Formats: sequence, C-alpha cells, structure tokens
Amino acid sequence: MSENQVDLNEIDRSIHDTKNDSDYSNRAKIGLTPKIIREISEEKNEPEWMTNFRLKALDIYQNKPIPDWGADISDLDMDEILTYIKGEGEIQNDWEEVPEDIKNTFDSLGIPEAEKESLAGVGAQYDSEVVYQNLKEDLVEQGVIFMDMERALKEHEDIVKEHFMQLVPPNDHKFAALHGAVWSGGSFVYVPKNVEVDIPLQSYFRLNAAGAGQFEHTLIILEEGSKAHFIEGCSAPKYSVNNLHAGTVELFVKEGAELRYSTIENWSKNMYNLNTKRAIVEKDGLIEWVSGSFGSKVSMLYPMSILNGKGARAEYTGITFAAEDQYLDTGAKVVHAAPHTSSNINARSIAKGGGHAFYRGLLKVTDSADHSKSTVSCESLMLDNESKSDTVPVMDLNTDDIDIGHEAKVGRISEEAIFYLMSRGISEEEAKAMIVRGFVEPIAKELPLEYAVELNNLINMELEGSIG
Amino acid sequence: MDKKLLKIKNLSSQVEEEKILKGIDMEMNKGEIHVLMGPNGAGKSTLANVLMGHPEHEITDGEVNFEGEKINDLAVDKRAKKGIFLSFQYPEEIPGVTVENFLRTAKSAVTGEEQSIFDFKFLLEEKMELLDINKEYAERYLNKGFSGGEKKKNEILQMAVLDPKLAILDETDSGLDVDAVKTVATGIQKLASDENGIMIITHHNRILDYIDVDYVHVLIDGKIVKSGDMELAKDIEENGYEDLKKEVEESSYC
Repeated sequence: MSENQVDLNEIDRSIHDTKNDSDYSNRAKIGLTPKIIREISEEKNEPEWMTNFRLKALDIYQNKPIPDWGADISDLDMDEILTYIKGEGEIQNDWEEVPEDIKNTFDSLGIPEAEKESLAGVGAQYDSEVVYQNLKEDLVEQGVIFMDMERALKEHEDIVKEHFMQLVPPNDHKFAALHGAVWSGGSFVYVPKNVEVDIPLQSYFRLNAAGAGQFEHTLIILEEGSKAHFIEGCSAPKYSVNNLHAGTVELFVKEGAELRYSTIENWSKNMYNLNTKRAIVEKDGLIEWVSGSFGSKVSMLYPMSILNGKGARAEYTGITFAAEDQYLDTGAKVVHAAPHTSSNINARSIAKGGGHAFYRGLLKVTDSADHSKSTVSCESLMLDNESKSDTVPVMDLNTDDIDIGHEAKVGRISEEAIFYLMSRGISEEEAKAMIVRGFVEPIAKELPLEYAVELNNLINMELEGSIG
Repeated sequence: MDKKLLKIKNLSSQVEEEKILKGIDMEMNKGEIHVLMGPNGAGKSTLANVLMGHPEHEITDGEVNFEGEKINDLAVDKRAKKGIFLSFQYPEEIPGVTVENFLRTAKSAVTGEEQSIFDFKFLLEEKMELLDINKEYAERYLNKGFSGGEKKKNEILQMAVLDPKLAILDETDSGLDVDAVKTVATGIQKLASDENGIMIITHHNRILDYIDVDYVHVLIDGKIVKSGDMELAKDIEENGYEDLKKEVEESSYC
C-alpha cells in the first residue's frame, strides 16, 4: 500500500542544513546606525571614500520604501538582522589551515571536490569573511586578478573605485542601498585585454549565523577581447530566524569580451534572497547567464543585461524550482541600447507541493537599437494542483526595426505521461523525476559538468524525499 | 510447468461513474497469440488499460490473475516488473529524455539489474535492426516529433528490449502504412515465443496476415460475445459486427 505512494513533500535537506558552533565575537549589532556603519568600515581599514559611500547609501536606505510589487516580504524585520558577522576564520591560502568545523561544513557541500575538479580557484565565503582563497599560478602570471573584495579594495583601489556600484547604484532600490551600506565580502575578478581564462573561476557563498544578513559584492571586469567563466554557488544552513541575502553582482564586459556567469542558488528555506545582478556589454561583447534557483523562502532575482555597444549579445538560461512554502519570483531583463544587438532568453520553472514560481521578465528596446533581435521563451511545469505558476514577460519596444520571437507555456505534469513511464517498470517518483529532468534538459546541457550533476542531484533531492 | 499466464474472471470496471467492462472472462497460456476485435467504444482499450493498472479505471468486480497471482491492486510499475507490457495506442511524448536513456532505465527497472551502457547499446541496436529502425532514433527524445508510425514502431522496439511475458498491443497497426505494418507485424511474430503471450487489439486484419493467431475474441459493449479462431476474424472482415450485435441483443432478451 504505502510503498506505492510517494510523498513529494518529504524533503530531507539535512545535508545542506548543517550548522556548526562558531564563536561570533562581533554579534549583537542589531539595527543600523551611522555609528555601526563607521565601525564596520573602520574595522576593515577602508579608505575614506568607501566609508562615505556606505554612509550615503545608509541614508538612501533609510529614506526608501520597501518595494510594493512582487513577493510579500512583510515578515522580514530589517531591524532584527545582524548585518555583519565575523566568524573565527581568517583568510586562508592553504586548505589544511582552514578550521576543522568550517571544513566539515564545506566537505558536506562538496567544495574540496570541486577544487580537485581542476577549478581555477576557490573563493569560499564563510559568513562575511573569506576563509579560503586560491588561484592557479598561470592565471596570476597572465595578470588575472581573483580575490575577495576587501583585499581588492586595498590592492586595486583605483579599479574598484571606478566600478563599484556604478551599474547598480544605491538609489536603484531599497536593498541596493542596504547593500551599499553594509556590503561585506564577495569576489573581485579582473581579466586583462585578450586573456582567455579557460577554466571556470568558482566562488561559493554561504551563511552561518542566525539572523545574519549576507551582502557580498561581486565585481567582474573583462577587458577587450578577454574571456572568462565565473561560477557562483550558494547554499546556507537553516535557521528559525528569517535570513536576508542582498548581494550585488556587477559585470563589465568590454569590447569583444565574453563572460559566462553561472549560479546555482540553494539557500535554506527561510531565506529572503533579494539579489541584484547586472551586466553592461560593449561592442560585440557577450554575456551569458546560467541561473538555477532552488532554495530560499522568497527570491526576487532578475539578472539584467544592458547591451550598450553595437553587436553586443546576451544569453540567459534559467531554471527555477519552487517547492512547499516557497515563492520564487525570477526572470531576466535585457535592455537593447545599441544597433544590431541580440538577446536570447530561455527560462524554465517548476512548482510543486504548493510552491509558487513566477517568471517576471523585461525586454526593453530603445529607439537606437535598430536591427536588433530577441527571442524569449519561458515554460513552466506544475507537478500538482496546489502549486502555482505565472509568467509575466513585459516588452517595451521603442523601434519597429527589430525581430522579436516570443513563447510562453504553462502546464501541469501529465498523469498519462506518468502512467506511460510506469508501464515500463519505472516507479512513480522516478517517472516524475524523469519528466522533470527532461523538462530542464535544455538548461542542464548548458551547465558545466559538475554543475549539471549538482542540478540533477538537487532535482532528485527535491523529488525523492532524500538524496540517499 | 504451469503454462497459464493470464486469467480474467468476470472483470468489470468503471471510469468515474461510467461502467465500461461488464464481466470479461478470458484465459491465456504462454505461447499463445490472442486477437481482440470489436467496434469503437466496445471497451478494448479499456481492457488493455485495466490490465496495465491505469489509475483512472476502477475494478468494480472480478479478478485479474497473472501467473497464479491476483493483481487487481498492484501498482503499474510492479505489473511491468512481473512482465506485463502495454503498447500504447497514443504513446506520450517525453521531451528531454532520449529513447536510449529511457529504455536503459526501464530495462534496469524490469530486470532489477543495472544495465551497463555498453551492453545495453549493443542490445538496443540489435533490436532496432530487427524492426528496421534507424540507429539515430536512440538519441532522439522519446516520441517527441515522431510520426504516428514512428511512435508505433518505437512501442514494439520497447517490447523487444523489455522482453515481457504478456504483451498487450493496442491498435499497434493503426496509423502505419502497408510496409510499416509488415515490418512491425513480422517483428511481433519474431518476438512471439513459447515463453510469452501476446494480445493484439485491432480493427483490421491486415496485421494478422503476418502473424499466427491462435484465438480471436469479439468484444461488444464491455463483454466478450464470441471467441473462435482466424475464421471469426475473416467473417467479421466480410460481414462486420452487425450480426454479432443482433445476437447479443437477442440473447439479452432470453
């Protein structure tokens, strides 16, 4: 009897929900004041312009309303969020020196394995400080810079100052302002002209303090004709207090440069993930986004590509999986601001167990973007009758001389398809997993191998109730 | 050894409130090929679905017995593992899942043994050759963009790979052109053995030209009204179901 029934809601997240006991020496900074902001800045030995930047951002934050569209974030008590937590780990270059309990948590997330898989470097953020940084020597020789943002601010202050929060200014929205005030950690990547980084650069972020916000800043600059692939992975333990993630990603893709930015986010299911990601692409450049959203209680995430130079291109491939008690509001935004630019958006979402997957996209074509091309395809699959799915792809077209293709589909998993697969000896849960894997196949094949494997594991975990 | 494969006793079923099967009795031994004929709406596909365990069909009375075991309440996948196979009249399209991956998963499931990629590829190619299917179909998504005929051939390919004890073929010949009927039918005949039983559901006799049929049953209004050999099928081809329908009506007055 019961062995024929599958409870899709029984999800064992224990492997991702591990938590260890760190001594949080700087705890108890609840609520935000200019005094706290000054302390944060002072502790980091930041230049005065950054301290002032933070204070200005705090002022904007305190005067901006909470967005009144999209997800309901009324449960989020901003005053309760500890904005800056410094763990016991200091920056490490040698894995052997990473503290044991931190290592154990990373082990369960597969970080050292990823390192072994010849990834170029690991910038793993543990709480707000980076505990492990490594970069292959040949990249250093080519002039590639890959380090945490704190160090970049000290060692490459001019580059940081020129680009920091220029694409996502603090007055963009309330959480961008908050980010500007309290940002901490994150990755800095600089690739010189015509250098091709042929192995992916990876950074893995996670949160490890109840009530702690995470505000890492990622800044990537690709000079003319260079190429790189950056992988961002997120996973966080589960806590009783709502957690906020308000990171910012700024990507500068210069003439003829090509950047791929991949993310699989698997925040624990009490997280508010309000992340802002933006890329500006110059003449003949290319930005490719690969985005997987699995975790969090609420996500609002819309990576934006600004095609600023003639012939610039953007590709977006995204998968969103909303399970019980999750509201994932995701999508892509593209602004065509130059002639002969092109974009291709391919988004898939899955909702199950009462989850809500919302696709929200924007395609804006300015009057100077003649001869541009865009295709938008968003498909959604609901695994049961309790789950919800919406697609709102907005288009704002200001020139006639463009070629637009658009397709949106929302559907439920077919009982007949499940019967068909089961009639071949495949169990009900495997049949559903097979249909879901098939549905995301166009996305999975875009991912680097180890991430495709992780995507597959996440789907199995979500569907089978355990990862065995 | 017991040759009894399938025993259906007084089988009745309904979908929602509608009664469809109204007391079917039928037996099949290993090594036999049975044909089930009947007008549209008689319940032929329903019988196939009930035997496979479709969740929409409720058994209201009677019993399905497979190799001595009552399987009325057995889940669909468990039936497949026992050796029951249904070739669908309208096979589902499963985007993103290749024929080869799907069939290797299915073969592993029904045999309980993980199929090695290399050995399975060899087996699949051998069966594809038997059914005159281009090898590149192994890499295509299951039934996605297949023509009606390609889907039916693919069903028989699945049967060949999974090697069931009882194969129920629901309108496998419909939608096929003359050459494809011949390929599929001779394929089915090759797959028939002393170890399995085949139930062919069809409207036409064309497919039967290539197959050695042991029994023919006529299903009308949820009941088997007549059983016989190939002569019965030929009689129906010439005269249709009208006479049989009349017989049923007359007998119901008795």
